[in-house]
Amino acid sequence: MEGAVVLLDFWPSMFGMRTRIALAEKEIKYEYSEQDLWNKGELLLQMNPVHKKIPVLIHNGKPVCESLNQVQYIDEVWNDRAPLLPANTYKRANARFWADFVDKKLYDLGSKIWKTKGEEQEAAKKEFIDCLKLLEGELGDSLYFGGKDFGYVDVALVPFYCWFYAYEQCGNFSIEAECPKLIAWVKRCMQKESVAKSLVDREKVYEFVLQLKKLYGIE
Amino acid sequence: MSKAELVILDYWVSPFCLRVKIALNEKGLQYEARPEDLFGGKSELLLKSNPIYQKVPVFLHDGKPLCESTIIVSYIDETWSSPPLLPSCPYGRAQARFWADYIDKKVFDASGNIWRSKGEVPVEAKKEFIKILKQLEEALGDKDYFNGATFGFVDIIAIPLTCWFLAVEKIGGFTVAEECPKISSWTKRCLQRESVAKVVPDPEKVYEFVLMFRKMQGID
Repeated sequence: MEGAVVLLDFWPSMFGMRTRIALAEKEIKYEYSEQDLWNKGELLLQMNPVHKKIPVLIHNGKPVCESLNQVQYIDEVWNDRAPLLPANTYKRANARFWADFVDKKLYDLGSKIWKTKGEEQEAAKKEFIDCLKLLEGELGDSLYFGGKDFGYVDVALVPFYCWFYAYEQCGNFSIEAECPKLIAWVKRCMQKESVAKSLVDREKVYEFVLQLKKLYGIE
Repeated sequence: MSKAELVILDYWVSPFCLRVKIALNEKGLQYEARPEDLFGGKSELLLKSNPIYQKVPVFLHDGKPLCESTIIVSYIDETWSSPPLLPSCPYGRAQARFWADYIDKKVFDASGNIWRSKGEVPVEAKKEFIKILKQLEEALGDKDYFNGATFGFVDIIAIPLTCWFLAVEKIGGFTVAEECPKISSWTKRCLQRESVAKVVPDPEKVYEFVLMFRKMQGID
């Protein structure tokens, strides 16, 4: 169980944040290594030769790639504290379903919101809000997606909150106005130290997005 | 334990449905495969059980629905533990999930870029498909199965996609055996298993289906 843990990451990555939260939940000490995605280092390319992406979790020199995979791995190895996945197999399958839904939808739709304009942007905004509303439906009246306890789906989704401000500015809309229950859930999550210290400042993410727009020549 | 009711909302040619059937077969479980008419009209049960995606497969365990084939296979493995489909150690499981995710993200779409193409198949589409299979060959290495010495999770996720390869080969104008011989021999090895052979359709029938689909979509 013990052994060196390294996280190759990039500060605004919502995927990297998932792994940071999981490590913090389990109180695992690790080395955080900031990567330059425009000039990828040898270690990153060696540890994730297939996708060449962050985050990469390195445990005892062996890499685990893909953020949800990392969260499951962390949950299984450090299984004596702060369980993230439910013990019940049906609930576990349901948690995996919703984390997968977040993966399938939010990043691409969010990207369309800041990268496009006009009809394409409007369509992306609408679909994005529709997805968040479906997630609100799944949350229901529970404190967390995990029920009484913070869990897997909470970890998968909450990092996207850092990007909401950038999406709102670029898309000229308010996510809180459309999805108040979800924002209330975010605020509950932010009271947890593991989340508060893993998420990044939303203004800094917006500045980063503006830099990306300049870089890609997007108006 | 009383006999569970296991139902799969199915479509014969769907590689995603095949994954679930193979997993159930591996566990020696009896189930009912209910065919859905995906072109004529999806059943009320399908629409109610999978409101988010409205797709097959849906696996119903005593009436409780589960969706997304890879998640269903994991559920089957965790609910009926023998024989195990995933490795016992967390690192082995992380590796297996990584490759299942890679296969999910890449293979079906890449094959679709070939069998759905109108006119001349783009060279890039062929190159990409072969590159993906070569990546999988590397992952397989000299092992009999992706799982190692025994058939398991990644093999179950991958093998159903191979019945679509004949269609890809005929339309793309190449053969997997020539480009990726290890994938070819792994396919033959998996097809020798009863759990696989009794559900995977004849690739010639899949090819006929693809041609019919192409006509329906106005590609041919």
